[in-house]
Amino acid sequence: MSESSGNIEDPVKIELFRLVLKTRMTEDRIIALYRQGKIVGGVYTGRGVEATTVASALALEKKDYLFPIHRDLGAHLAKGQTILNILLQYLGKGNNLTKGKESGIHFSDRSLNIIGNISHLGAMIPVAVGVALSLKLQKQNSVALNFIGEGGSNIGDFHEGLNFAAVQQLPFVLIIENNQYAYSTPVEKEYRARYLSDRAKGYGIPGYHIDGTDAIKVYQTVKEAVERARSGKGPALIECKSFRMVGHSAHDDAFYVDKELRKKYEKKDPLIKLEKYLLKNNILDHDSVDRIRQEIAEKIEDATEKAIESPLPDPEWAYGAIYASNSDRMAYGD
Amino acid sequence: MATSTYLEAINQALFEEMERDESVFLLGEDIGIYGGAFKVTKGLYKAFGGDRVIDTPISESAIIGSAIGAAITGLRPVAEMQFADFITVGFNQLVANAATLYYRHNIPVPMVVRAPSGGGIRGGPFHSRNPEAWFFHQPGLKIVAPATARDAKGLLKSSIRDNNPVIYFEHKYLYRRVKEELPKEEIVVPLGKANISREGDDVTVITYGAMVFECLDAAKKLFEEHDISAQVIDLRTLQPLDMELILQSVQKTSRVVIVHEASLSGGIGAEIAARISEKAFEYLDAPVKRIASLDTPTPFSPILENEFMPNAEKIYNAILEIMKF
Repeated sequence: MSESSGNIEDPVKIELFRLVLKTRMTEDRIIALYRQGKIVGGVYTGRGVEATTVASALALEKKDYLFPIHRDLGAHLAKGQTILNILLQYLGKGNNLTKGKESGIHFSDRSLNIIGNISHLGAMIPVAVGVALSLKLQKQNSVALNFIGEGGSNIGDFHEGLNFAAVQQLPFVLIIENNQYAYSTPVEKEYRARYLSDRAKGYGIPGYHIDGTDAIKVYQTVKEAVERARSGKGPALIECKSFRMVGHSAHDDAFYVDKELRKKYEKKDPLIKLEKYLLKNNILDHDSVDRIRQEIAEKIEDATEKAIESPLPDPEWAYGAIYASNSDRMAYGD
Repeated sequence: MATSTYLEAINQALFEEMERDESVFLLGEDIGIYGGAFKVTKGLYKAFGGDRVIDTPISESAIIGSAIGAAITGLRPVAEMQFADFITVGFNQLVANAATLYYRHNIPVPMVVRAPSGGGIRGGPFHSRNPEAWFFHQPGLKIVAPATARDAKGLLKSSIRDNNPVIYFEHKYLYRRVKEELPKEEIVVPLGKANISREGDDVTVITYGAMVFECLDAAKKLFEEHDISAQVIDLRTLQPLDMELILQSVQKTSRVVIVHEASLSGGIGAEIAARISEKAFEYLDAPVKRIASLDTPTPFSPILENEFMPNAEKIYNAILEIMKF
């Protein structure tokens, strides 16, 4: 665990652990529901990248804007989303936040300043940059934080968005979750650079390459970049190197993944790593870990029961409104 | 009353809306100090400053994408494409992101993309396009295409005030050719309402943009030479279409010619023709006729471009043909 982790207070470290564990356990339940045939459509989990997603989102304040992507259940939870809302979303229920219109964790929440992604993940970068522009123009002292995979970082929007954010010195932080595979494509077929964070130089902004399995290190680095952005010093690019411990989605057995690489990263499992660190440094004892696990298990049980009992959408909703009316409540920040 | 060109009318609408509502701001390429490639935003940088008239890098996807971000957090961006042709670079932002956010996440996206479109200005293949049909197929967008200075002003004001993404196609050929007396009082033209540009009983001519004037010329000549009275409908808004007015006219005249400058196949005329055949088939005395540009890119050489585009003469001949049925 990070050398310089001393300046993060213990309650934050415990919260990181609680959220990484909650993410892992919630995703395990989602996979179980998928295998039982209760979830239709794809399931994309973040096993192996939870330290990156959780710690980045936890580094934000409530008023800051979060743009998670399809694997970032941990970021939703860290920004305050409930397990119930996530399960309702996966189950396509009528009382979820998209009224059954959207799949997986592609959903927004006005009350938490979360903006859900479209499947062209890189396309969210200019949108997040626009939110940052808007926050700057309205002098809101808030920051927009956006995730992208190392795969998605190769789309043109990455360049257009980051360049514009740099030119305008916007309060914007872009996290690259480098989990080393874009579906089945390994990094050597994705880019030539040693570090993706080196691209930051081309935009005249700071770039960081860090261990994305180290929750405390991610929290520290992102917190610093977020506060720097908040103070008007402009955007940052942070590459968090981790490993996708499962297939691209629940149907994919990932036979193509390098065996040695998998072995190496199994030892760096972000959950086990953080738990060991907390136990070793007497920040938590075994009893407290068990208690946290038990609390989360109860929450998941309760949410699953409620989600399964929830009503499906009314077929009439397929004819749902395409246009907002001029009396519609405007989006964020009112 | 004062005389304004079509271009000045757009400038006035931007000025008045920016003055009325401080959440309105502009972004685009060369729109600040330079005032835009066509000078549509002339004087606005001086009046409102660099925070409300933002010069951007050449990045159409970032322009449209960041307009979406600003629109969902309390602002009303008006993004400029230097030419409508370049909207292709930001296509995904419009169709995948802007158009679907309200349906998917119940988030209104109050933004306008201004797109100088159209041929007849010898712009060649990449400065002449009329790309409205691509966006017509994507639910969730509104599409506006004014022909007169009054509509250019009033429709832009309504577009800016609308809570949805609106693509506003302003026809470059009309910028300085159309001049009108505009009243001092505020002009607001509602979206979704077509206008009857010329009354008539014998044939309905449905059109929009610069073709409105070609249709009016053809209609005038047909009346003078053949006593044929054509009703010319200027759609003004292409999405949503004013089907009520279209069907009323078809029921009256029983003959329809649809004219657009965009290429023929898969154009908006095809959808209008299909809706007329579904909803007013029993009223028709002749097949619905479409007049449009050729199904090719826009050629550069004037002699080729003239051949490529519809004009009053081609429209005149088509109407005569339809009247023989």
